[in-house]
Amino acid sequence: MSDDYRKIQGRIFDIQKYSIHDGPGIRTIVFLKGCPLRCKWCCNPESQTRDIQIMVQNGKEKTVGRDVTVEEVMEEVMKDAAYYRRSGGGLTLSGGECLLQPDFAGALLRCAKESGIHTAIESTGFAKFETIQEKILPWLDLYLMDIKHMDSKKHKMFTSQPNERILENARKITDAGQNLIVRVPVIPTFNDTPEEIYAIARFARYLKGVKEMNLLPYHRLGQDKYEGIGREYTLAHLVPPSNEHMEMLKEVAESAGIHVKIGG
Amino acid sequence: MGNYYDRDVEKRPRIQKLIDDLYDHMPEIEADRAVILTESYQETEEEPIVLRRAKAFQAICEKLPITIRPGELIVGSNSKVARGCQVFPEYSFSWVEDEFDTFSTRSADPFHISEEAKQQLHEAYKYWKGKTTSDLATSFMTEETLLAMKHNIFTPGNYFYNGIGHFTVKYWEVLELGYEGIMRKAEEELAAHTAGEADYAERSAFLKAVIICCKAAIHYAGRYAVLAREEAAACQDPVRKQELLAIAANCERVPAKPAESFYEACQSFWFVQMLLQTESSGHSISPGRFDQYMYPYFKKDLDAGKITHEDAQELLDCIWVKLNDLNKVRDAASAEGFAGYSLFQNLIVGGQNEEGEDMTNDLSFMCIEASMHVHLPAPSLSIRVWNETPDELMIKAAKLTRTGIGLPAYYNDEVIIPAIMNRGVFLRDARVYNIIGCVEPQVPGKTDGWHDAAFFNMLRPLELVFTSGEDFGEQVGPRTMPVEEMTSFDQFYDAYQTQMNYFIRLMVNADNSIDLAHAKRCPLPYQSSMIDDCISRGKSLQEGGAVYNFTGPQGFGIANATDALYAIKELVFEQKKVSMEEYKRALADNFGRGFSKERITFLTKEVAEQLGAAGKQVTPEIAAAVASGFRDLKLPEETVKRYDELLKMIDELPKYGNDIREIDEFAREVAYTYTKPLEQYKNPRGGRFQAGLYPVSANVPLGAQTGATPDGRLANTPIADGVGPVAGRDVHGPTATANSVARLDHFIASNGTLFNQKFHPSALSGMEGLQKFVALIRSFFDQKGMHMQFNVVSRETLLDAQAHPENYKNLVVRVAGYSALFTTLSRSLQDDIINRTTQGF
Repeated sequence: MSDDYRKIQGRIFDIQKYSIHDGPGIRTIVFLKGCPLRCKWCCNPESQTRDIQIMVQNGKEKTVGRDVTVEEVMEEVMKDAAYYRRSGGGLTLSGGECLLQPDFAGALLRCAKESGIHTAIESTGFAKFETIQEKILPWLDLYLMDIKHMDSKKHKMFTSQPNERILENARKITDAGQNLIVRVPVIPTFNDTPEEIYAIARFARYLKGVKEMNLLPYHRLGQDKYEGIGREYTLAHLVPPSNEHMEMLKEVAESAGIHVKIGG
Repeated sequence: MGNYYDRDVEKRPRIQKLIDDLYDHMPEIEADRAVILTESYQETEEEPIVLRRAKAFQAICEKLPITIRPGELIVGSNSKVARGCQVFPEYSFSWVEDEFDTFSTRSADPFHISEEAKQQLHEAYKYWKGKTTSDLATSFMTEETLLAMKHNIFTPGNYFYNGIGHFTVKYWEVLELGYEGIMRKAEEELAAHTAGEADYAERSAFLKAVIICCKAAIHYAGRYAVLAREEAAACQDPVRKQELLAIAANCERVPAKPAESFYEACQSFWFVQMLLQTESSGHSISPGRFDQYMYPYFKKDLDAGKITHEDAQELLDCIWVKLNDLNKVRDAASAEGFAGYSLFQNLIVGGQNEEGEDMTNDLSFMCIEASMHVHLPAPSLSIRVWNETPDELMIKAAKLTRTGIGLPAYYNDEVIIPAIMNRGVFLRDARVYNIIGCVEPQVPGKTDGWHDAAFFNMLRPLELVFTSGEDFGEQVGPRTMPVEEMTSFDQFYDAYQTQMNYFIRLMVNADNSIDLAHAKRCPLPYQSSMIDDCISRGKSLQEGGAVYNFTGPQGFGIANATDALYAIKELVFEQKKVSMEEYKRALADNFGRGFSKERITFLTKEVAEQLGAAGKQVTPEIAAAVASGFRDLKLPEETVKRYDELLKMIDELPKYGNDIREIDEFAREVAYTYTKPLEQYKNPRGGRFQAGLYPVSANVPLGAQTGATPDGRLANTPIADGVGPVAGRDVHGPTATANSVARLDHFIASNGTLFNQKFHPSALSGMEGLQKFVALIRSFFDQKGMHMQFNVVSRETLLDAQAHPENYKNLVVRVAGYSALFTTLSRSLQDDIINRTTQGF
């Protein structure tokens, strides 16, 4: 009975080793499949649906998505144990939205903690708070929380979902004493004005215990993948923000009284 | 924080000026040494060889033109023109004459040579016919050995045509005692023996030779003192005048006497380093633990207020430039194997003392700083890493790595110390090891390591399994079971081991023949005066005078051999998808991918030779017909299709370098087919053979001589580099690759292993990037990897990666807020990153 959580199955689409920008130290990111949001800029469009898909990449067909047990994932993750030990790194769950598979995600984090490595999730917090509190937080060292916009209408327009639940969860999660970093993807035409970034920074500033905010400049990494799964990339016209613009936004955000880093 | 002087020191204008002067012309071959040496040899025909060598060295010290280059603070050059080189006809000369007209136009390491020098060398060479070490070595080798060499199974080219090099002398003893002190040791030793002793003749000749060499070195420095005073007298610039007078004062004292200041120690060190490279043409003469033996002189001056860190840095920088002034000409083929005018003067910082305490000091940091200042290939800077290595030193080293210079190389004390102890080195000696040349560990001042003794291509014996030992119509290897008759993988593996064992034995024969030839014809009394226990044993290094004697030939091709053997095991014997006949044909047909121009030329030549041997006359028309036959060789369409299928099947198999235990353990076994048989052999100096696993840059030229292999590698293409995976077959990032490499047994490859990784500088950006990079190295070392070095790629490399993504599948770059594998990115994003590269840090 006690080892049951190791047998839980979940659906992932990638495991990436030597990740050095998503949490402390050298990390392995496990990407879980399925997401309640549909962000127009999403760089992993193949992560969005829960279904297993075929994606064409460099002329080759590739199956995206596979069902694995917690045990199987952990075997892969712990191959880099030596690196986590030296660098204070560990496991990061990303997606998709890992909260869509709370039992699986929670069990992965639990196993990681039991193996003595650092745990983090990259998540937008779009789930019932009770689920997060019960399944995730007990095993979590660091919550990398996406907050994309303070205006719910605009949020819905670009991500398909309103932001009330996200903002409320951010408050509840931090009130529960969870270590959290706010991450903002900076997307031209969506949230790249000083006013919009300042609004997020001010919100973050008043979350309990939150000291850091990351600004992640928009990039076009995912563009080819849209084609690969037969979808249109609607942001093809966007130009990534310049370094100067990012620096300016950083200053603006810092004026709200929070430490800001460009990049993860 | 420790109390180290870990600061960025400004590079003085003098240094850049010295560097610019060094590179404003093509290097040149000079004839002076060969002429002086030949004259001396002609005068000493009747004497013991060791005395002849000493007298020739003396003549060189007395007559070799000397020059002080503008702005130098440390003097002593063995060529008139910067980066010039002398030649060494006592080892071999015919290739020099053969290549007179192509030196300046060849692709690898071109050299200018004047008509006058050609004439002088041509004259001198008349004397050397039949008298070289190369001639004598050839006469010692068995026919089978010569045949195997002709077929490029292994190449001992390095020592066959050149001096041995590959040692570290007791620089510290010259600093401490001066050559007067060393001479006194030899004199006392001579006095302690009497003429009635059995080996007196040999011993006394050697000790007299040592005394002559010490005097010669002192004399050489004296000439510089005179020249410096002359130039000072004529100098109008008062600042330079003072510098020249200081140089003169240094050269009047050292290396004859003990060094009394840091500046004198630097000058004394330099005379030793450069004179060693006039005595023989051996490369990899490695300064070793420079930060250790120089430190007492630095500390004393610093405490006495006689020197600042900045002034000391300038002297170090000057030495670093001088190390790049030394040069060596190799034959065209070897130049490709050791591309980049490299002399592999390895200088290592950090590490332990005899008692096992960490000895990192200010100079350790300043040596790294010097490499940042000069940004040149020499010295081959290395760093010793163990649990007590301060993080500050690692970060400083990582900063140098980040510049893309490929330095330093990182070495793991925790593997190397036990590995060399396993070869009979005492703990206290093992703890003070340094690195020779590329990656070869040894005890400084006590070892004749014969590292780098041959390149052994592990893929050639594999090819010969398919032909039962036949190569281009000749029976080169053992007649193992025809592959068509094999019914199990074990039979195949047995045949491979049989071929390996046979050629390893022949390689040992080649090395030992060359070894003996050097002892008979080129004992080196000058270098022997500075290596234990030559003086007390009364014999030269070449005759077994060193405390520790090894021969370390290096095998390469583990990754290809592993993937190849695994493919055969899986596809032929487990999955039974391909028959052995079919595999054999596919290899002979190069998987239907045609033959390269070089291969056609080669095959045509082979056919012509066979026809000639059969008594048939080969006209140019026949040769052309044969060549076009190879060129237009058309395979039936279904054969080509089947080969494509076969390549796809091979491609889909798991590969070495992806942290897959099953394959990695297979690789470990494959490496043993080279490392283990070698352990049983002994060399003529009373030492043992030990394996290295690295190809320097020979994986490219020697790959060009290797046919298609069962891992899907096409004929004549490069073989995998070092102990790393085949380029492009490791697709799970740097940690997975490192984990695979760490699964090899590095302890048994005590002559060194070499592991390269590629990174984009952005992956090392900021303090956090550096810290994670250091953690990566330490983690690889925790898992008992031996060596690691990094190619932090330039913009040019990224462009090449765009053009040839198959070679760069494991290249990590930093994208926006994260890192990714470069080749998986879209073209436009790749372009973004390439454009960003120029920004630096």
